[in-house]
Amino acid sequence: MNVSVNGAWARPYILKGLLMKRLATALALAMALASGMQAASAETLAAIKDRGELICGGNGTLAGFGLPDPQGNWTGFDVDFCRAIAAAIFNDPTKVKFVPLTAKDRFTALQSGEIDVLARNTTWTLSRDTSLGLDFPAITFYDGQGFMVRRAVKVSSALELNDASVCVQQGTTSELNLADYFRSNHMGLKTVTFATGEEALKAYESGRCDAYTTDSSGLYGERQKVAEPSAHIVLPEIISKEPLSPAVRHGDNQWTDIVRWTHYVMLDAEELGVNKANVDDKLKSDDPETRRLLGAEGQYGEALGLTNDWAYRIIKHVGNYGEVFERNVGQGSPLKIVRGLNALWIKGGLQYGPPIR
Amino acid sequence: MQQVLPRRRRRFGSIAIQIAIVVVIGVVADGAIYDAVQNLAKAHIASGFGFWNNTAGFDISQTLIAYSASASTFGRAFWVGLLNTLLVAAIAIVLATILGFVIGIARLSRNWLVASLAGFYVELIRNVPLLLQLYFWYNAVLKSLPELRGSVALPGGGILNNRGLFLARPEFAPQFSIVLIALAIGVAAATALHVFANHRHDRTGEEVPVLWPTLGLVVGVPLVVFALAGFPLAFSVPHLGRFNVSGGVEILPEFAALLLALSVYTAAFIAEVVRAGVLSVSGGQIEAAHALGLRPGLTLRLIVLPQAMRVIVPPLTSQYLNLIKNSSLAVAIGYPDLVQVFAGSVLNITGQAVEVIAITMAVYLFISLSVSFLMNLYARTTAIAER
Repeated sequence: MNVSVNGAWARPYILKGLLMKRLATALALAMALASGMQAASAETLAAIKDRGELICGGNGTLAGFGLPDPQGNWTGFDVDFCRAIAAAIFNDPTKVKFVPLTAKDRFTALQSGEIDVLARNTTWTLSRDTSLGLDFPAITFYDGQGFMVRRAVKVSSALELNDASVCVQQGTTSELNLADYFRSNHMGLKTVTFATGEEALKAYESGRCDAYTTDSSGLYGERQKVAEPSAHIVLPEIISKEPLSPAVRHGDNQWTDIVRWTHYVMLDAEELGVNKANVDDKLKSDDPETRRLLGAEGQYGEALGLTNDWAYRIIKHVGNYGEVFERNVGQGSPLKIVRGLNALWIKGGLQYGPPIR
Repeated sequence: MQQVLPRRRRRFGSIAIQIAIVVVIGVVADGAIYDAVQNLAKAHIASGFGFWNNTAGFDISQTLIAYSASASTFGRAFWVGLLNTLLVAAIAIVLATILGFVIGIARLSRNWLVASLAGFYVELIRNVPLLLQLYFWYNAVLKSLPELRGSVALPGGGILNNRGLFLARPEFAPQFSIVLIALAIGVAAATALHVFANHRHDRTGEEVPVLWPTLGLVVGVPLVVFALAGFPLAFSVPHLGRFNVSGGVEILPEFAALLLALSVYTAAFIAEVVRAGVLSVSGGQIEAAHALGLRPGLTLRLIVLPQAMRVIVPPLTSQYLNLIKNSSLAVAIGYPDLVQVFAGSVLNITGQAVEVIAITMAVYLFISLSVSFLMNLYARTTAIAER
């Protein structure tokens, strides 16, 4: 589906497309279930290789994480994660088909086999992990929920929002955290819920709500989309833990390992100082850790069902974790999000790649 | 080849085939359900209806029954959504029917301007997608309303701003039941008066004055009792807070926009149905009515519409069904209808797509079949009485 259609009048058709798609996805799931679904064991990688491309479920409307540019090329933090997997499998980061999904559609699309991996700023929770038939291989972004308000309202804390109307996207952890936060602080709340983040943001901008809430990383991205970004501020409170992780179907352990270690090798590369520019030089390094990472020593890639230079391919085509972060959401982007919790563990953050050996 | 079978054997064969088909459909459906359950279990996806009694945890902006995020269940959220769907559909059906009949009859008017305006309305509205119209109304409603700080005060304590329309809510004291009893007595007396007047008119042709005595009985008597009982009625008047309006009755902009879009859109189709129905009544009937001295208004009411209804009701039923199903577009503007709440939030939080979608489809099916059934009952009353 082409999301980069110009003009406001095109929006309803996009939404209608999404609605139709939701129904279609639900029906596809029902049919797949009723007719002997593909067994979710050790077949995902083979299916991707046969197909010749990875199918990745993405956001499609969130700046910094997943958004097609005017030429239709997807860019963003989650997008680069899928490109890294494609680079590992095919040695070509362009062999990915991105499917734009709303928060409501995303899990059904993954369950029904429409996509191979979901990389769409999705929070890992216990119920999603257990009752949806999914696995969350690795936390790629430590996030938390925040609020955006109009500067003119002169609110400096979320605790001043008693009785406020808040616009929120449906089917998200934000919807649930919002109700929890206001309840536990004994504040009145009027929630206005929309099917897509775009609709919720538009309603907030038109004055329907006093505040807009989503993951704070999302707030920085969404603030770029309103007519006058400087007229809006993000409040300091972070009201929840939002560990964002890619998701895969439960049961295919080989595929889960590939997705998990794609993230870890990008972390290890950053820690070892291996980046896009110097990866070819590092191939000649005599540091044993670097040699194992890049496949110069050992058969670690083959153990995953890939080639031994799989991590080299990822760094060569996409870069290490720090490069991906800064390029899409950090100082090299309009979002200017600081590393914070997402700094490497050696720099006081939580990102910690297990050793390759 | 052609072999004439005895009548009894032929009937037996036909019944046997029907039974066989039903059995085959039953076996296939059962197998599909069994497979689905097995596969859900194999994929580690929760199934069954156990989620119904779990705590919902999310808020809903419009609730006709008591609901709270912390204490209510997913089942309760289902009823909230269903009632919101029924509310908007029921009011929209009434508005669309009134507007549709007016426009349909106006289109047949001999007044050129009236007929052209009605024609323009129909062509404009029914040729633009409903979703676009819904966005138009939502944005038109929201953008044209003032911000909270610039709220418009309405007579009677109402407040209007882009958070909604807030009206004073009547709060009845216990003594108010006496007024209701007085009203019931007044209505009963007025009805008796009407029966008597009709009877008299049929028998003697004399007109008995009805209008003023009726008003006196239905309005005057309860008012007097109301005053005597010491005005047992108070109003909860909405007042402006820092962020929102509290107190009173709240009409959300989402509700207003959806109601407008559904009514205006469906009215265009109902207008065409009405026009076709009226045109189906032969011109001779109208000429005969005129020859008997009936005025045009009476001709329309007594001669044309009763016959036209026979043609109007079946397609009108389809329009009602369309309206009910179209109300699910609420999801686009954030009105908490059944699809938005149940097939949206509940589905996503529980992840049980198969069960939730199945329930939602069954509910729409049930509502539609009920409306069809009622409309068929009504159609029977308008059918030609065979004598």
